[in-house]
Amino acid sequence: MSTPLVSLQDLSVQFFGSRNACALNAVNIELGAGEVLGLLGESGSGKSVTLRTLLRLHPERTTRIQGRMLVDGQDVLALRGRALDFYRGGTVSMVFQEPGLAFDPVYTIGQQITEAIRAHEAVDEASARAQALQMLERVQIPQAKRRFDAYPHELSGGMRQRAMIALALACKPKLLLADEPTTALDATVQIQILLLLRELQRETGMSVIFVTHDIAAAVEVADRIAVMYAGRIIEQGPVGQIVRTPRHPYTAGLLAATVGTENRGQPLLAVPGSPPDLAALPPGCSFAPRCVHASERCRREVPPLQSVGTQALACWHPITPLAEAA
Amino acid sequence: MNTSSYFQAPVQDRGGPAQPLLVVRDLKKHFPVRGGPLERTKKFVHAVDGVSFSVPKGKTLGIVGESGCGKSTTARLIARLMSADAGNMVFDGEGVDEFGGIRLKEFRRNLQMVFQDSFASLNPRLTIAETIAYGPRVHGMPAAEAMRQAHELLARVGLAPEQFASRYPHELSGGQRQRVNIARALAFDPRLVILDEAVAALDKSVQAQVLNLLQELKAERQLTYLFISHDLHVVHYISDYVMVMYLGQVVETGPVERIYGQAAHPYTRALLSAVPSMDPDNRTLASPLAGDPPNPINPPSGCRFHDRCPHAHPVCADKAPALIGMPGAPAHQAACHLNDPASGHPAALSEIQP
Repeated sequence: MSTPLVSLQDLSVQFFGSRNACALNAVNIELGAGEVLGLLGESGSGKSVTLRTLLRLHPERTTRIQGRMLVDGQDVLALRGRALDFYRGGTVSMVFQEPGLAFDPVYTIGQQITEAIRAHEAVDEASARAQALQMLERVQIPQAKRRFDAYPHELSGGMRQRAMIALALACKPKLLLADEPTTALDATVQIQILLLLRELQRETGMSVIFVTHDIAAAVEVADRIAVMYAGRIIEQGPVGQIVRTPRHPYTAGLLAATVGTENRGQPLLAVPGSPPDLAALPPGCSFAPRCVHASERCRREVPPLQSVGTQALACWHPITPLAEAA
Repeated sequence: MNTSSYFQAPVQDRGGPAQPLLVVRDLKKHFPVRGGPLERTKKFVHAVDGVSFSVPKGKTLGIVGESGCGKSTTARLIARLMSADAGNMVFDGEGVDEFGGIRLKEFRRNLQMVFQDSFASLNPRLTIAETIAYGPRVHGMPAAEAMRQAHELLARVGLAPEQFASRYPHELSGGQRQRVNIARALAFDPRLVILDEAVAALDKSVQAQVLNLLQELKAERQLTYLFISHDLHVVHYISDYVMVMYLGQVVETGPVERIYGQAAHPYTRALLSAVPSMDPDNRTLASPLAGDPPNPINPPSGCRFHDRCPHAHPVCADKAPALIGMPGAPAHQAACHLNDPASGHPAALSEIQP
């Protein structure tokens, strides 16, 4: 693989203030151009923090970031001023979970997309408006001309999320960060948005990091899935492998706990316990207190993330070891 | 645990096993919309528009539908958290809040509700044991007894009382808070529990734990559930009967295996096929439905689904279909002209491709 588009090396993020929390612990992610990575995890596992760190959205005063972040050859942590402004939206752009909150309620969506285009490109108002309208058509908003002058509250949830995607793609970013873009939507609309994202990704060839807690949504769009738990990546691999032969007990537990047609009426194989407190992580593997395979070693030492080819795993007692498949 | 001795009348079965626990007839709720001063006609959101169903004893009725279809309003109307514009309810053979029927206070003791937002539904200034003991105390249980019962209930829902009883809601995780809400609902020994998106806000691994708990409690206490969710997998898992709602009306209802196996309404079929596949080699290629649900202020004429329906025909816009039983399975009802030979729809009762 040539130089990856995104490369996070030993990225750690700590928030400090009244309480300290380690939101990310030495996360390594590499993403090639045109690849779609699904970042899967429960709430508090650090998936959204990863995305926000990539855009440097955390307040600098209360956040300590360690490690390196390279996106498209730029050292993101070194960006300042105008360079950072161009990086946000120009190179990397984000779709948020709650489109109702991400838009400014006092401007029409057309104005907001036009503004974003003009902030990044030296074009006049008329052609920026034409581009913005074209973007709205591209995300398949019906009657795009009319919706151009609509305020965010006049649109339905699905339509707003489409407008959000249009805004994010208006400046042709190389990397799109999607933070649970379909969680707030109905099932019939969710599938539409997933299909749209997949189609746009294929057309533009951009890379996507798709954050979700829903395995099924990740399976629909991602090429590769990275499973996060308590600020660490614990397993990574192609979609098919993760779904069919999960190696980490947590991934296996998540899959078993997914309600399907087969297990109707029977008790679900739930993962016991709840995710750990990020302010007081256990010394060893953070999943050890909930793991049925946990041994003394798991409670003492943090398992390192070992990778073979496209797969990676951090576990002392995996269900199937890595080397077997390699 | 016998808690009922503190209340005026014990909660018990009256109508016998064949009597449905709850029968709802023609429930309606229209919310007025504040329009501009120049608007002549007053507009209404038709949130619930003539919903009828019954919940058999000891069974779970799942209600599914997109947001805005009136599932939560239905739940709130049943719990009498808001008053209905029309319609009546029969609880175990007795009319609710009617002359000679069950009184509202007693009805509410028989019915408890668990809400989606576990944090907003707990009082932040009470410890969780106080929260659980609060209701029974209001109904006349001595404080010490109510507290003892609260501790027992906490232990039953898997929260060790010595560790959790004196905590405040903000000190708990989402899954733990939802367990507290379930414990609070059980404090009255209710017979019907309405679960309004009770597991929707939980993480998958925690959701499975709570679903298991709900199943155990149901068997243990002979509970009847009204389970509202937009998650079709969860509804399939927990329900015995399923009711599908669209824009304030019931479009299909029946036993769970009929709905998931032989759905008769095009909307139900679309809803079921909108679920993402778990197979990366076999991804969903086309979306079964285009667009969002229409505005409930001006619902479409005739069949409310006709402008999104792949089988729509002019007759669908003219005439609203009635909820009729399927041939051979009267419990399975659907409101679609396709299933009614007398409707005038050209494709009626022929083989329909989903």
